[in-house]
Amino acid sequence: MINISLTLRDSATMLRRDFRHSLRNLTMTVSGLLTPTIMLVLFVFVFGNTIGIGLGAATHSGSYINYVAPAIIIMTVGTGCETTAINLCTDMAEGIITRFRTMAISRASVLTGQVIGSLIRTMMSIIIVLGLALLMGFRPTASLINWIEALSLIALFTFAVSWMGVVFGLVGKTPAGANSLSLIFVLLPFISSAFVRAESMPVGIRWFAEYQPFTPIIDTLRGLLLGTPIGNSAILAIAWCAAIALVGYLLARAIYNRDPVR
Amino acid sequence: MMIETRGLCKSFGEQVVLDDIDLNVAEGTILALLGPNGAGKTTTVQILSTLIRADSGEVRIAGHDLAHEPDAVRAAIGVTGQFSAVDNLLTGEENLLLMADLHHLRRSEGRRRTAALLERFDLVDAARKRPSTYSGGMRRRLDLAMTLVGDPRIIFLDEPTTGLDPRSRHSMWQIIRDLVSGGVTILLTTQYLEEADQLADRIAVLDRGKLVAQGTPNELKRRIGGGHMRLQFADMSGLESAIHILGDVLRDNDELTLQIPSDGNVRSIKVLLDRFDDESIVVNDLSIHTPDLDDVFFALTEHSNTQKGSVR
Repeated sequence: MINISLTLRDSATMLRRDFRHSLRNLTMTVSGLLTPTIMLVLFVFVFGNTIGIGLGAATHSGSYINYVAPAIIIMTVGTGCETTAINLCTDMAEGIITRFRTMAISRASVLTGQVIGSLIRTMMSIIIVLGLALLMGFRPTASLINWIEALSLIALFTFAVSWMGVVFGLVGKTPAGANSLSLIFVLLPFISSAFVRAESMPVGIRWFAEYQPFTPIIDTLRGLLLGTPIGNSAILAIAWCAAIALVGYLLARAIYNRDPVR
Repeated sequence: MMIETRGLCKSFGEQVVLDDIDLNVAEGTILALLGPNGAGKTTTVQILSTLIRADSGEVRIAGHDLAHEPDAVRAAIGVTGQFSAVDNLLTGEENLLLMADLHHLRRSEGRRRTAALLERFDLVDAARKRPSTYSGGMRRRLDLAMTLVGDPRIIFLDEPTTGLDPRSRHSMWQIIRDLVSGGVTILLTTQYLEEADQLADRIAVLDRGKLVAQGTPNELKRRIGGGHMRLQFADMSGLESAIHILGDVLRDNDELTLQIPSDGNVRSIKVLLDRFDDESIVVNDLSIHTPDLDDVFFALTEHSNTQKGSVR
């Protein structure tokens, strides 16, 4: 049996490999950053005024950037998922993964390396997006504890979504296919409380917005950073993260352990 | 036996890919699994290297049961497939160091082996470049070098020279011979008869999922009997006179040829030609055909549409 310390060692090797890949594949890494940056600019400088007026008092501390910045930060997780799915799908098509399967290494390490790599990459993107938001006028009121809680929530969500990114990467037949699957995490925020409040939406869509993962996660992050009421959003957010992570992990493991199809 | 299979079977859906395969490979020898495309060679390697599961049958590799101790099997084997299994975003050297890390070698030992393998496989100049800039032969060498980092006792080579130019092919053959003289056991698949003849101690002929013959190259050649001599005559009367002397032999009136069983013995050929001379029969052309693996292969696989065309 392969013990835990070897699993950790193999995962660390895979992580180093993933890190090298990110550096070699800079276009991919940079484009993962570009989408949230463009979103931020678009929603603050282009649509911001109009939507802000429409939202009125709901924006709390006044300017729309405070409402939208936490949402853009969470959206960065979605684009990180895309990068992970594409990277893994490309990787699977190369013979190297086949070689790994015939070696006496922990099978989980290949996927764990990807997930941890994805977590680090996405958290770095989030810090950059957060920095940009601050430069553009985002003014959080959070205490140090709130910041730690907020970053932990983001990390937890990224971890969960990364496992789904791995699933998409394994299921997608081509990198383009893997990318399309992960679009779900890029598009879902649009029908959530990310840009406008769920209450302002038509009934059916509003129901969907209220019961999908992004709304409680974004609302919790807003609450932590800006002091808006959180209510039961925090519990829901953590439950969603745990559920997504568990389903993603189990699916990824089952798909990876399956005999490769010819 | 380092590799032993009993009654190995595998189907993909309705299609039977391997049907009751028994193989034995002794330590320090090469078994060539010879067969046309689609015979089941790659599937065999995929099963023996733990990539896919067999439907039924027993497999022992390096003394370990494949179904119950896959990790012990993985620790004993190395695989180089027909499609290169290298990381294209890492340099050649980084690829080898990655293998060293995954074999849990100490850093200094990993560096030592990497340097030695780069040297041995003539990749020193390309060490800092990515495999995408390599030639086909270089990629294949890097691929095999990666397999050797872990010092495997058993190596599976799936069509190791397919797509290589003649020079790269010969250098790959030399590498394979060196490995075996170092005590490594090799199962090699190939569709080239010459390659099997050159390298293998034993050959197993695989055709449409079935093992049709197994033995040393010489045993297989003996199975289809001796060779023959082909004589071409100047005219039909010469041909007829020769038949009068020789009795019942294979004749071709259009080509004016006769095919006579012969083991290539010079003395008996001379006696025959002297007799033709005595009878004033003019022989225009003579060729001697000793059996090679091509004959064996086509005799065994009986592909009616791929009969061997001409005599070498």
